[in-house]
Amino acid sequence: MAVTHGVHPTVAVLERHLTLYRRLWQASVFSSFVLPVLFLLSIGIGVGGYVGRVQGVDYLSWIVPGVLASTAFQIAVGESTYSVLGDFKWVRAYHAMRATPVGPADMVRGQLLYLVLRVTIAVVAFLVVVVFFGGLHSPWALVTPLVCAVLTVSVSAPVMAFAATIDHDSYFSLLFRFVVIPSTLFAGVFFPVEQLTAVLRPLAYASPLWHAVELCRAATLGTAPSWPVAVHAGYLLAWAAAGFFLAVRAFRRRLED
Amino acid sequence: MADQPLIYARGLVKRFGKFTAVDGIDLEVAPGEAFGFLGPNGAGKSSTMRMIGCVSTPTSGELRILGMDAVRDGPSIRARLGVCPQLDNLDPDLTVRENLVTYARYFGLSRAESRRRADELLEFVQLAERAGGKVEPLSGGMKRRLTIARAMVNDPDLVLLDEPTTGLDPQARHLLWERLFRLKQRGVTLVLTTHYMDEAEQLCDRLVVMDGGRIVAEGSPRSLIETYSTPEVVEVRFPGMSESGARHAAALEGVGKRVDPLPDRVLVYVDDGDAALAEIQRRGLEPSSVLVRRSTLEDVFLHLTGRTLVD
Ligand SMILES: Nc1ncnc2c1ncn2[C@@H]1O[C@H](COP(=O)(O)OP(=O)(O)OP(=O)(O)O)[C@@H](O)[C@H]1O
Ligand SMILES: [Mg+2]
Repeated sequence: MAVTHGVHPTVAVLERHLTLYRRLWQASVFSSFVLPVLFLLSIGIGVGGYVGRVQGVDYLSWIVPGVLASTAFQIAVGESTYSVLGDFKWVRAYHAMRATPVGPADMVRGQLLYLVLRVTIAVVAFLVVVVFFGGLHSPWALVTPLVCAVLTVSVSAPVMAFAATIDHDSYFSLLFRFVVIPSTLFAGVFFPVEQLTAVLRPLAYASPLWHAVELCRAATLGTAPSWPVAVHAGYLLAWAAAGFFLAVRAFRRRLED
Repeated sequence: MADQPLIYARGLVKRFGKFTAVDGIDLEVAPGEAFGFLGPNGAGKSSTMRMIGCVSTPTSGELRILGMDAVRDGPSIRARLGVCPQLDNLDPDLTVRENLVTYARYFGLSRAESRRRADELLEFVQLAERAGGKVEPLSGGMKRRLTIARAMVNDPDLVLLDEPTTGLDPQARHLLWERLFRLKQRGVTLVLTTHYMDEAEQLCDRLVVMDGGRIVAEGSPRSLIETYSTPEVVEVRFPGMSESGARHAAALEGVGKRVDPLPDRVLVYVDDGDAALAEIQRRGLEPSSVLVRRSTLEDVFLHLTGRTLVD
């Protein structure tokens, strides 16, 4: 009878992910922080030495926001695939939650909050390193964690919906091959999308990553993005909202029997 | 409130596509009662339990739990239930204690209260010394105990246990029974499913026998035995039974109230075992073995469904 509502179910779900993360954080430090920094140094300084200046700035400064946003993108997608399917199929953690007052929307929100937290930590750590290499050119760089947080929701939510719908993890290799890798390659991370042929350019425009890269780049360089800020932000938010709706629906359906 | 049933079901139906798993059952469980579902595989026990646990929507019928509507008030009902599902769904990457604390937080308990409950329950199910260890290496019986502890974390008014002891060795089962018995003594309402008649006899005040999605009998273990069986059963075996079972059964006709030929033995339902033994001797039958025993729920089940409970 005496059930105290001290903690919101969404927060309780977030806590579960954080408790699990305490076990794994050492492993993730490499992939979500050390790797992007190594990447930035080898490409930015190594390749940059040959490339010279891009759009009026040195190549390292130019790819910093790209690597930043694509790090967020990688974490967001990576953490919304196998672990979500696994929590339905093998661990049945969502089934365990289902027997409590925790609802599907809490499950999705809790996980998204966790991912935003993970991404924010990685992004901030990356920014701190980049400052020492002189890779930031505007105080607007301070808003990049916010852009990355929005990006996280706009890609994690639909990917979670996908993971909650499929029954076998082999679908993930299709997702990576045909969605994630092309998105990363053609989203203005390593070279301006203007270099793409007109046929491929819409691919970049469709990818949430490109919009986040544009916003981050405008912020770190102190320039204006290609399209109005509201359009880039609105596009990301639209993905986030639609993804959230689809994820909650997919969770509810999968747990219904 | 006191005389309002904790579970009230009328014409409860669950269909999966065209298949009907639960076929219109009526139930009432009173506060403080220990209530059991007995039945073979596929009888619809778990489907019924999931509807009671408000994780599966009834296809039709009325279902009220704790005085609330199972479909509309799912979250409020679940807040006051403890559920031990048929398949364990513990978090293998969390420690034993973290499993309980995490789960307690799902119910909105404060952090301090969650920790206090976790430690108290680990004590209760005798897993305190494993508190900091992972779940993965626990034995089946330990995992089951942990799942039961987890079901108690919100101090529930109603505990649902789906096959709490299936797959455990006798010692582990007895330990669990003893713990469940203590819960019952504290006034917790227990609803459990089982394949084991001894479990039902030990724990349940009242039970229903389910078969093919329907309730085929209802009552206390004793009253079911009195209604559907005789006080004693004589198990008679003959040499070379398998070929000639029917003939042996015919030879025993009239010794008791009823004769049931099984593949390896013939069961004779009698009021008085000794009298039956004398009659078997008088008829000059030569069984290879004869055993007189008390009737059990297994006999009730066999009589009601024509099948044994554990297959
Ligand atoms: N989600 C589902 N989809 C389709 N059929 C199902 C589903 N769940 C259960 N069934 C079917 O419903 C019937 C009853 O299943 P249920 O799990 O309720 O039986 P049970 O009495 O618990 O059996 P057991 O003793 O084996 O656990 C079975 O034939 C089962 O195959
Ligand atoms: Mg079952």
